[in-house]
Amino acid sequence: MVTLNDYLLASGLLFAIGFAGVLLRRNIIIIFMCLELMLNAANLSLVAFSRFNLQNGLPNYNAQVFVFFIITVAAAEVAVGLAIIVALFRARQTTHVEDINSLKF
Amino acid sequence: MSPILFWFFTILMLGFALAVVFNRNPVASALSLVVSFIGLAALFFQLDANFIGTIQVLVYAGAVMVLFLFIIMLLDLKAEQRRRLNLPATAGGILVVAAFVAQLMAVLHRFGAGKHAFPPLAPGADDVRSVGQALFSTYNLPFQVVGTLILVATIGVIVLSKRELK
Repeated sequence: MVTLNDYLLASGLLFAIGFAGVLLRRNIIIIFMCLELMLNAANLSLVAFSRFNLQNGLPNYNAQVFVFFIITVAAAEVAVGLAIIVALFRARQTTHVEDINSLKF
Repeated sequence: MSPILFWFFTILMLGFALAVVFNRNPVASALSLVVSFIGLAALFFQLDANFIGTIQVLVYAGAVMVLFLFIIMLLDLKAEQRRRLNLPATAGGILVVAAFVAQLMAVLHRFGAGKHAFPPLAPGADDVRSVGQALFSTYNLPFQVVGTLILVATIGVIVLSKRELK
């Protein structure tokens, strides 16, 4: 029997793995991939809640529309983020976050 | 909703997510991310969210990952050299993640409403039709705004990719 808590646990663990990647890795592209993992973890819990809260035997489709918007915005974010990384690489010849510290106090 | 399939795809998703974090080679990380997203799409299909699962495969495992691989190849990134670990930052990161997981376990342990199986779906539930109807009636304005956002993002990417910003 698969319960709602199993899905929430999977979603939370996926979020934790993405979070660990953002904190531990130093390559800016890998950090970006881990951000995508965290966004997807949120999507998984939204879809699980949508399927769990049935109204007249139908899932709550508002949550699925919300997930659709998150995926769209995330796709735009990836495009802009990668363009910024390419521009940064042209200026500094590095993707290592510790070499990019001119904004650091 | 078969428990065996659920655990298989969950372990696939989490295992390859770990591979994303721990691979030194960025190309290997990107390919692990594809497998992780496909496992996630399978979980969406198991939740009867066929539309979201399809979008997940098309947009993430397809478009976004091609973009990632493109940039990795374009920048010609090599496998990372083993640098000296920044010990306080690493220890702090592991501590924060461990605290997060511990809190997650505590909250889920007390969340009694989630300890039931998923109720059965009414026959003839058509999620593509229902999501489409919600998207084009209730959420028509946000839909247009998201379209504008993507247009702005496209123009922004073109401006950013120019050799010299003026």
